[in-house]
Amino acid sequence: MAKRFKPQIATGNDLLDGDVVYFTQGLKWSRFIGDAWIATNEEAAEVLQKEASKFPNDIVGVYLTDVAIDDEGRARPDHFREDFRMRGPSNRPEHGRPVERA
Amino acid sequence: MYEYTDFDEAFVRERVAEFRGQVERRLDGSLTEDEFKPLRLMNGLYLQLHAYMLRIAVPYGTLNGRQMRQFAYIADRWDRGYGHFTTRQNIQFNWPKLQDVPDMLEALADVQMHAMQTSGNCIRNVTADHFSGAATDEIADPRPTAELLRQWSTDHPEFTWLGRKFKIAVTGSEHDRAVIKAHDIGLRLVQDDDGNPGYEVLVGGGLGRTPMLGKVVREFLPKEHLLPYVEAILQVYNLIGRRDNKYKARIKILVHETGIDEIRRLVESTFQENLARFNGVNQEVFDRIEASFAAPEFEPVYDVTPAVDAGLRSWIDTNVADHREPHYAIVTISLKGIGETPGDATSDQMRIMAALAEEFAHDELRISHEQNVILPHVPRRHLAEIYRRLKDAGLATANIGLVSDIIACPGMDYCALATARSIPVAQKISETFADIDRQRDIGPLKIKISGCINACGHHHVGHIGILGLDRAGVENYQITLGGDGTETASIGERAGPGFAYDEIVPAVERLIEAYLDHRSEDTETFLEVYRRMGPAPFKAALYPEAEARSNAA
Ligand code: SF4
Repeated sequence: MAKRFKPQIATGNDLLDGDVVYFTQGLKWSRFIGDAWIATNEEAAEVLQKEASKFPNDIVGVYLTDVAIDDEGRARPDHFREDFRMRGPSNRPEHGRPVERA
Repeated sequence: MYEYTDFDEAFVRERVAEFRGQVERRLDGSLTEDEFKPLRLMNGLYLQLHAYMLRIAVPYGTLNGRQMRQFAYIADRWDRGYGHFTTRQNIQFNWPKLQDVPDMLEALADVQMHAMQTSGNCIRNVTADHFSGAATDEIADPRPTAELLRQWSTDHPEFTWLGRKFKIAVTGSEHDRAVIKAHDIGLRLVQDDDGNPGYEVLVGGGLGRTPMLGKVVREFLPKEHLLPYVEAILQVYNLIGRRDNKYKARIKILVHETGIDEIRRLVESTFQENLARFNGVNQEVFDRIEASFAAPEFEPVYDVTPAVDAGLRSWIDTNVADHREPHYAIVTISLKGIGETPGDATSDQMRIMAALAEEFAHDELRISHEQNVILPHVPRRHLAEIYRRLKDAGLATANIGLVSDIIACPGMDYCALATARSIPVAQKISETFADIDRQRDIGPLKIKISGCINACGHHHVGHIGILGLDRAGVENYQITLGGDGTETASIGERAGPGFAYDEIVPAVERLIEAYLDHRSEDTETFLEVYRRMGPAPFKAALYPEAEARSNAA
C-alpha cells in the first residue's frame, strides 16, 4: 500500500533580509505560515515545488516541508525546527517573529 | 597591537569593494544564488534559520577599545543592538540585511577588521591564548606567531580550497587555555635545552563527528622553521587527505588512518624541500610583527591594598587572575550573566567594556574561546572602580570557571545546521545554580553545550558535555563526561541514553549532587572525582531506574 501522503508546504528565506517565507496559492510569498498553499497529494506537491522555484532572485533555499493542519485548515509546523523557524529565537522573545497576521 | 600596513589596508578595502559589486549583481539578478553563495561565505556571510549572519574574525582574540566600540556601532546601526561572541574568537551579528553588509564590512575596515576566513574550506581565523602577553606562565607571546600565520594563510592560493576547513591555535604557556589539542594544528611555544625558542607541533586534533586529540608531530621545531613546516603539513594534507567524504576530510582522519609516524615522515621530507624556498624573509616579517606586540608601558610598581567589599572580593577571587606584573591583574568579564545567553553582549555593554579598556587597561581587550571578554592588563589599583562600573552594566557576574560559566553554541535558536537548541539549556542550568555561593561550593566545572554533532560548543572537552540531537522529531540531549580541553586534555565519554529537553537540567543537577557526595574533600574538583572513580557513580545518578533494576537482579 502506498504511504499516506503528508500535507506539504513550500518555504524558503527572503533574499534581502533572510526572513522565513511561505509560498501561497496566489503564487506569492507570505511571512505567515497560515497563508501557505498546502499540497495534499504527490501531484500537487510537484506543482507546488515547480511554482515555488520560480523566484530565484527573491527567495533562496526553497524546500518542501511536512506540515500539520489546524482546525481552520491552515498549515502548522509539524517538526520543532519549523516551529523555531516560524517563531524566531526562543532565547530572545523580543526578536520573535509574529506568527499570525495582526 | 598589530597595525595594518598599507598593503593590508588596501587588500581589505579591495575585498569590500569587490563584495559590494557582488551583492549588487546578486540583487539585480546577474548572479544566481549558486554563484553568489560561495562568494558571500568567503566574506563571512551565512544564511541562518531566520536571517543572515555576519561572522567577523577577532584575530587571536585581540582588539582595542575603538574596535569594540565599532562592534557596538554596527550592532545599533545595522543589526539589533547586540552581538554574539563565539568559541572561535569571532563575533556574530544575527540580523544583517543583505544590502547593508558591504557597509558593515566597510565600517569594519575603518577599524582594521574584516570577515574573511571565517567560513569555507580554508585556513580559518588563527586563535590564541586569551591571556597572551599577560599570563604568569608564558614563555613568549603567541600572537606574533598567530599573526604571521594569518598573513601567510590569507588568500594563500594553494590553501584556499582545501578538502575541509582548517583550524590552528597557538599558546605560549604550559597551561593550555587555547585548547590546542582540539585543532588541526596546535602550536605551543617552547624552548630547547639551550634556551632557543621554538614550537611543539601537534597535528590532527578536532572535535565534531569524530573527536580526536592532536598528536605531537614534532617535539621541537626551531622558531625560524615555522612556515616551511606548517606549509609542509598543509601540503601533505592537501595531497593525500580524503575528498570523497566530507565527514572524513579533516586532517584528523588522515592522521588517524595513516598513522602519526607515516605523517611525520611525509611532512619532514616535504619540509626539507620547502626549506630551500624560504629565504629568511619570513623571519624579517616575524621580527616586525613581534615588535608590534611589545608589552604596553606598565605603571611603576606600587603596593596593592586588599579589597574590603565582599562582592568585590568574591569577584576578584573568581574573575581576576594574576598578571606577570604583580601589581597588575587580568580581568575576565563574564558574558554569562545568570539566565543570559552565553557570549551575547549588548551594544551598551560593548561600549562600557571599550571605555574600561581605554580608561584603565592600556586599551586592550580579548575575546576568549569560552565566550567571555578579557581586560588583559589592569593595574590592580583600578579593580574596585572597574568592578563598580561592570556591576552597573550587569557585567560583574562572579562565575568564571564555575558551573554557570557555560559554553553554548547558537544551536537551533539561530543555526541552520542545528539538530536541537543549546542556549535555553545553558540558560536553565545557569538559573538553577544561580546562587553564587552554591556555585563556589561546587567549584571548577566546565559545562559545554553543542546544538549538533559539529561540536562548536566543544561539548567533547566539557567536564560535562551536552549534545543536542533530533530523535524522531523531538529534542534529545546526550551527556558526555570527563572531557577536558587543557594540557591534560581528554575526550568525554558518553554516559548513556539521552534526555528530553525538560529532563536535561535535572540530569545535570543529579550529576553535580553525585559529585558532591563523592568528593573526598572540598578541593577535589568534579573532573578529579571523575578521574578517580570513573563513570559508575555518575551513571548511577543519571539513570536511577537502571541502577535500581541491576540492584534488584
Ligand atoms: S554545533 Fe551545530 S548547532 Fe551549534 S553552532 Fe555549530 S553547527 Fe550550529
